[in-house]
Amino acid sequence: MRKALSFVAGLLLAGFAALASAQGNPIKIGMSMPQTGSLGAGGQAALLAIRMWVEDVNAKGGLLNRKVELVVYDDQTNPANTPGIYTKLLDVDKVDLLFAPYGTVPTAPIMPLVKQRGLLLMGNFSFQVNHTVKHDMWFNNAPWTDASSWFDGWITIGKRVGGKTIAFLAADQEFAQNLANGARELAKKAGLQTVFDQNYPPTTTDFSSLVRAIRQTNADLVFIASYPNDSVAIIRSVNEIGIGSNVKLFGGGMVGLQFTPNMVNLGSLLNGVVNYNSYVPGLKYPGIDEFLKRYAQKAAEAKVDPLGFYLPPFNYAMGQMVEQAVNGTKSLDQKKLAEYLHTHEMQTIVGPIRYGPDGEWANPRVIQAQFQDVADKNMDQFRQPGKQVILWPEQYKNGNAIVPFDKARK
Amino acid sequence: MFSLDLLFEALIFGVLLGCFYAAVSIGLSVSFGLLDVPHVAHPAIMVLGSYCTWLLATRSSLDPLLAGVLLMPAFFLVGVLVYRFYYETFERRGSDAAVRGLAFFFGLAFIIEVGLILFFGVDQRSVEASYIGKSFRFGDYRIPMRMLVAFAVALLLTFFLSLYLSRTFVGRAIKAVAQDEPALRLMGANPVRIKQWAFGIATGVSALAGAMLVIVSPVEPAMDRVYIGRTFCVVVLAGLGSMTGTLAAGLILGIAESVVMMLFGASWAPAVAFGLLLVVLGLRPQGLFGR
Repeated sequence: MRKALSFVAGLLLAGFAALASAQGNPIKIGMSMPQTGSLGAGGQAALLAIRMWVEDVNAKGGLLNRKVELVVYDDQTNPANTPGIYTKLLDVDKVDLLFAPYGTVPTAPIMPLVKQRGLLLMGNFSFQVNHTVKHDMWFNNAPWTDASSWFDGWITIGKRVGGKTIAFLAADQEFAQNLANGARELAKKAGLQTVFDQNYPPTTTDFSSLVRAIRQTNADLVFIASYPNDSVAIIRSVNEIGIGSNVKLFGGGMVGLQFTPNMVNLGSLLNGVVNYNSYVPGLKYPGIDEFLKRYAQKAAEAKVDPLGFYLPPFNYAMGQMVEQAVNGTKSLDQKKLAEYLHTHEMQTIVGPIRYGPDGEWANPRVIQAQFQDVADKNMDQFRQPGKQVILWPEQYKNGNAIVPFDKARK
Repeated sequence: MFSLDLLFEALIFGVLLGCFYAAVSIGLSVSFGLLDVPHVAHPAIMVLGSYCTWLLATRSSLDPLLAGVLLMPAFFLVGVLVYRFYYETFERRGSDAAVRGLAFFFGLAFIIEVGLILFFGVDQRSVEASYIGKSFRFGDYRIPMRMLVAFAVALLLTFFLSLYLSRTFVGRAIKAVAQDEPALRLMGANPVRIKQWAFGIATGVSALAGAMLVIVSPVEPAMDRVYIGRTFCVVVLAGLGSMTGTLAAGLILGIAESVVMMLFGASWAPAVAFGLLLVVLGLRPQGLFGR
């Protein structure tokens, strides 16, 4: 009897120890995120969404009965910082899974590291960072693949409104160059004549000269690939210097015009710009409205992007995808998770996502929307459909382009 | 596509841009050029000026330029205190003060940057005024009014600082401390107090330069990094401590950048600007207007 009691007590102790170990040993997800620097504003909003997912998944009991813990460092939007941060995450913090930082520039330097170590990496709004690395355990949360997924819509709209000539202005940075290079090729294939093609250094202070030079060319279409600070400065210069009455379509790849503070600050200066986006009001996905409502409350407390259309839903979706893969495989084995992500359609708040062999979306969904009838100093207007009219993809179209560019600005 | 019209406009934009560069460099011309203080935190103080301008302009509906002027006395006091601290902890303690001072000012720049992030967040901030976002038109030409404001401020700052340094007793003492500190001490003047005063002026001017910065373009906390190279380039090109030289050097850089950007390719603009600096330093190591 005493032996039997000892045996049962031993079993119970072992069970408690195992349980305690599981609960005290969380699943660590490591990442760097730009919290400062040019991508800092977007990075803070994105991180808030990831934290929301962590809260939600922990409220449901975590993953594999273990709590999820986020280990995050600020990479300052500096690509020189990310390899060191990710090495620390792996070797010192011993994280179980990796999320990539927001943006192409901070992500590109860590691709060789994750490929060499055979690790799963959930990409975060990067553009073509896996194009040459060809890592088969990379999964981007961004709704684009290559330049055609981005540019086809814009160029189709441009040709539809009678564009024959095109001007390119792109930042001398990884993302903008990748985008512009692809766009140049596609423009050539589409039979557009390039009348202006320049890259500008990231330290450019004033764009008056460049905008004036573009005006001189009388281009029909003006494609810009720029970073947040530059995007705002370019829009202001266009308003001051004028871009020419000939221009039918202006925009394309301007990062920063999706961020609420910039949208509110620029106000009516945005009218007429046809630019890419990931989500705009009017798109219906299961759970997105509820997410944005909760996000808005938390964003107000955290003092980050109050609307959060561009990055936060996709960052939350990144967590949802990992959750589905871990629950589906009942494992943290990186290869099994990668295989699951390759072979299953993920259900997220930004709609269903199926991955192609390169880890990009099999069915890209880049929105090209035109700012129309935007008033000054009014944030709430952007919550309604119609201020960013969807022109592409066709199945989501909810209005027509106002052309020429000058007309849309009146 | 070259045309004389385009070249003319490139020159106009270049003059305006150059004056803006001079306006943001003139404080450094005093602190680094005259006082020999390795003030790498100058752009960070300027960005702090931009944020304070933004705060004043948005909270009390003040014109940002006026807000910048109102901030000058407060920044003057900050400058006096910063220099006193720098003097007590670094300058008076030995010959390697410059190197250690460099670390001090880098540290100060980081503290300002992080402080701005904690207090204001990382979002861009911009101000509104009747001259922002509008242009002055004559014929086919359009000149951004915000750049005209920068042009006027640079000219006024250069004029008044030159006048102050050459016509007033303290101004001449500042120039004297730059040339021969022991001699000034022998004359019974206290060089530390004069340098403290001059550093205060340099910092006060940075407040106005910060107002210019946020008038010309939106600011974010890390923007100082963009201006470190450019402001030092202007001051060195000018010849350390020359106010009119600072204006001329700013104009040379601005015109070079603008013409290259409009007519030859924007990617070459920084290379041409800094290439110019190398050529000038090769031919005149003391700078264009240095003695």
